[in-house]
Amino acid sequence: MTTSELVDVLLLQGGRNTTLVVMGTTLLGVAAGLVGVFALLRRRSLMADTLSHAALPGIAGAFLVISAFGMPRSLGVLLLGATVAGVLGVLAVQGLTRYTRLREDAAMGIVLSVFFGVGIVMLSVIQNRPGAGQAGLKSFIYGQTAAMSPTDAVSIGVVAVFCLIATLLLQKEFVAVCFQDEHARSLGWPVGVLDLAMMALVVIVTVVGLQSVGVILIVAMLIIPPAAARLWTDRVSAMLWISALIGGMSGYSGACVSALFPRKPAGSVIVLCAGALFLLSLLLAPRRGVLGEFLRRIAGRVRLATDHALESLYEREIGVEASPPRRGVLLERLMALRGLVVLGPSGPGLTEKGRERGARLRRNHLLWEQYLISHADVAPSHVDWSVDQVEHVLSEDLVNQLERALASRGVAPPTPAEGGR
Amino acid sequence: MPQTLHNFMVLDFAPLLAGLLAAVSCGLLGNFLVLRKLSLMGDAISHSVLPGLVIAFLIAQSRAPLPMLLGALAAGVATVVLVELLKRLGKLEPGAAMGVVFSVLFALGVLLLEHRALRGMDLDADCVLHGQIEYRIWAAAPTELSAYLSLDTWATAPVQLRILLISLVISAVFVVVFFKELRIASFDPQASTAAGISASVMHYALMIVVAVATVASFEAVGSILVIAMLICPAATARLLTDRLKSQLWVSVGVAATSAVGGYYAGAFVPGLFGLDAVNAAGAITVVSGLLLLLAVLFSPWHGVIARAVRQRRVRLDVLRDDLLGALYRIEESGEDGAELADLRAVLGSGTQLAVRSASRQGLVSGDRGRIALTDKGRAESAGLIRRHRLWEHYLVGEAGFRPDHVHETAERLEHLREQTPRRGPDADPHGKPIPPESDPNTDPSIDPRGA
Repeated sequence: MTTSELVDVLLLQGGRNTTLVVMGTTLLGVAAGLVGVFALLRRRSLMADTLSHAALPGIAGAFLVISAFGMPRSLGVLLLGATVAGVLGVLAVQGLTRYTRLREDAAMGIVLSVFFGVGIVMLSVIQNRPGAGQAGLKSFIYGQTAAMSPTDAVSIGVVAVFCLIATLLLQKEFVAVCFQDEHARSLGWPVGVLDLAMMALVVIVTVVGLQSVGVILIVAMLIIPPAAARLWTDRVSAMLWISALIGGMSGYSGACVSALFPRKPAGSVIVLCAGALFLLSLLLAPRRGVLGEFLRRIAGRVRLATDHALESLYEREIGVEASPPRRGVLLERLMALRGLVVLGPSGPGLTEKGRERGARLRRNHLLWEQYLISHADVAPSHVDWSVDQVEHVLSEDLVNQLERALASRGVAPPTPAEGGR
Repeated sequence: MPQTLHNFMVLDFAPLLAGLLAAVSCGLLGNFLVLRKLSLMGDAISHSVLPGLVIAFLIAQSRAPLPMLLGALAAGVATVVLVELLKRLGKLEPGAAMGVVFSVLFALGVLLLEHRALRGMDLDADCVLHGQIEYRIWAAAPTELSAYLSLDTWATAPVQLRILLISLVISAVFVVVFFKELRIASFDPQASTAAGISASVMHYALMIVVAVATVASFEAVGSILVIAMLICPAATARLLTDRLKSQLWVSVGVAATSAVGGYYAGAFVPGLFGLDAVNAAGAITVVSGLLLLLAVLFSPWHGVIARAVRQRRVRLDVLRDDLLGALYRIEESGEDGAELADLRAVLGSGTQLAVRSASRQGLVSGDRGRIALTDKGRAESAGLIRRHRLWEHYLVGEAGFRPDHVHETAERLEHLREQTPRRGPDADPHGKPIPPESDPNTDPSIDPRGA
């Protein structure tokens, strides 16, 4: 492989067939990303897994019917069989959860295993038939993107565009069903039908995806992009776009790799690309990401340590008995950098800014202490004592009351004019 | 030993026992997965062991059972840990976390299969998923019955049997020893943690035992059978009983029945249609699905049919009550009964049914299409109207309803036969008399026509 080859493929200049396959797979990724969002929001991510397994008896059944009637083997009939089995699987899951005490996870597991079991039995019947042309059936079931023909790619693209349009048109309705199905029902919306429509889109994407990435790996296309998108945002519309983008990127990169290395199973490459994007999201997403969480935690600890140090420095300055400040070179440097202390040979000394903050902290501390003494029953509802200004949480009357109580104990908090605000 | 028995020992004994052992150990553990809404954990584990298998094969350079088992086990435990990690770090729901983990791991496995060292090996996703338990033959099975008494003989049996036996023992001991802990951790994790039994420790322990059972079983019987056995017997048992202990026993029974029944059904039923024997793992799965279907339909309390019958009976009771109430009110207005058509206008489509039920119980008499209360029916309906009007009185007096809004609510509450007060006022908020609580046969004043 040369660099120019790489550029050619990435820019869709690698010949008409390669271009079609790359575009088809990308569109499939986009469609799966969109459709999967609603499955995730409905807490039915593994429905895709269920359906992709449940499709097996449909495929095998269609094959049996074809060979019984001596029809030519066509992709369309096999896909039709898969779709029929998938819809039956959806209905079985819905029936089991509605009419029995079994919950959705158990219902999905039952449908998955029993349908697949039926499929295996049918496959062994097919294999036992003499001279049945079963070649190709297996590769169909396990998926082979590398072998995707341009016509397949076109049909995949058409279906993907259909799913895309359907999702965007019905977005408002789907969101309502996902979050407030009771409310939607009270508005007179056909919640059952919309639910089925959502699942039908999952079925369609699954069946189409069987072709390109295989029974098991299409599951990844429906689950991973939405799960990654969920990490980035709390808004459904943003989630849809992010999920579609991640799905599309996975499909695109997977197909490009398979064009460059024909021996690598493209389905796996697509899924691993999606997995890598998920990992990136898990690390980097601003609010829900691991890195952000870690940084926030560090920042919190630094703030806490700074506050402690400033308070005890201030207490030492005004000559109150205080616990000796914990020394830390790094922390002191940091405080000096922010202009809170000046570093001297005998240790840090407060600047004007540091003194003001220290006084505020001490006053805050004393007031909260008094509050805990006199109002211990309600105190636990205010957790971040060291941070919240008393005045921000408690009423003025209560603060005055606390100050009087402190004065009667002979403790005078620094007044706002002197130190705080 | 007769030839047929020897044939059985060679051909069928090992697969049958393998299916049985795998089904029972998975069926037992599945109860806790179904209760904890983690039914699909077995599915996740059995897919994500693929990279473990491939890596173990690359290291050991052979398909020896032990390295394969260890590799798969490591992958299984990794799945459990990763799913927990994703649930915590990404705040994902369990289903999505499982989906992300197992699909990525499976993809990794498929990619690794393309490794140069594996070309031409018969290690593929197919053998992992489908399972060929029929191939576990015991070629060295002795012909002499007495030989079976010696342990050396059993050492020649397929090694999978020993692995499955160990896995069954581990599962059974785990469930028996930690029964109480598992029970409380499954039903109420918070209470369990508060009581000093850490729910998350129990969760990890359970998951690791599930991983052991899954890995030990799928090599011998295929992962689809493992997935089915982790869910179907437990779900069947859950429909048949409300007590965890009996649920465990029922699930073990269902698992064993599916294994034995499925094995023989797979071997013999296709013969009836002139076909060859079908895949045994698939047949066992199908049988367990059929057993579940039977439970869904015919379970005495939770079954669909029992529930439909119960609902129909309640509906009929309500309809009959409404008929009696309507007739009582008609008698109050001075009429002596009503035409069926008039009643239908009030009561709707179920009228015919209600009249038939009430006249069977001797509560109404129908004379040339004219329906009237019998004495027994009058007593019954007086009690009903009493309840209705007492409820109206209560709703207006105590619950702050407006008098013109209480009828609908009272119409529902009147069907409750208990918890009506012994004493109450003489009239409801609309001024209608409330029948006293007494027997009309001894107290003629209750006759609404006389009021």
